[in-house]
Amino acid sequence: MKIRNQKSAEKNQLSMTSMIDIVFLLLIFFVMTFKIVELEGDFSVRMPLAGTSNNTIDDTELPIKLRMRSNGDGQLVSMSLNEIDLGTDFDSLRGRVVDLIGAPTPGLDSKPPELKIDADYGLRYKWVIDAITAVSGYKDGDQVVKLIENISFDKPRRG
Amino acid sequence: MKVKRKAADIVEGDLTPMIDMTFQLIAFFMVLINFAQTESNDKVVLPSSQLVKPPEKALEFPIILHVARDGGVTIGGEEHTAETLGIALNAEISVIRAEQKSVDDANVIIRAHQDCAFGDVQEIISVAQEKQLTNFALRVKENRQ
Repeated sequence: MKIRNQKSAEKNQLSMTSMIDIVFLLLIFFVMTFKIVELEGDFSVRMPLAGTSNNTIDDTELPIKLRMRSNGDGQLVSMSLNEIDLGTDFDSLRGRVVDLIGAPTPGLDSKPPELKIDADYGLRYKWVIDAITAVSGYKDGDQVVKLIENISFDKPRRG
Repeated sequence: MKVKRKAADIVEGDLTPMIDMTFQLIAFFMVLINFAQTESNDKVVLPSSQLVKPPEKALEFPIILHVARDGGVTIGGEEHTAETLGIALNAEISVIRAEQKSVDDANVIIRAHQDCAFGDVQEIISVAQEKQLTNFALRVKENRQ
């Protein structure tokens, strides 16, 4: 039997507009807050309290002293390692450190080398980090060859 | 002559690929979003070094000090000077002591701006030393070049 007035099948469609709105809002939020993470690491600095170290320090145990001088803008002007002038060349500094600690005396119980940084008050911090990088070691391919790990700072040079 | 009008067709674009792509982008950003940004500070641009690598194990009992270019220190979201830093450090130390640990277990992480005066960093270290803190770590960016 033929049925008249049969309604044409209605399309059931979900309204996508609101969902797309929210999805785009989320997308914009994540794009705006996205920040590429920079990998960070640490240099350890040993700063023992005054009076806690051994009072009987042998002359041979004195730390290597790195003096860093700056100009009025905080830029590095010169460096000297144990009073030997090195200019501003960090490769020379590293080479000098390798010369100093590279050949431990056989038969002697050598202590790990120690370096004390004495820098001008206004010297920009990045120069000190460059110096610490130079004396801490160097990269040989993918391997890191360590030089000096015991690093400390001298008292601030105020005024 | 009577002209039969056709019903106007609704032209609908196929939104499926666009929605697919949008969801993929959202998933990408959600996975990469870094919730550990609490350690960073917008005022601080770290110096970089080729030798540092991200530590395999996080330092125990960290006290993070952000040092801005002008020498201002931020600790726990509060800004201090080298003079008032001691008060903030006392609060951090009391938290460490409340966990039955000593001051020697604390690690002071210094995140200093690359152009700040080195003397400012030394002053901060001096203040921390007055509070019997001895373990310091200078945080720098890894430079892979």
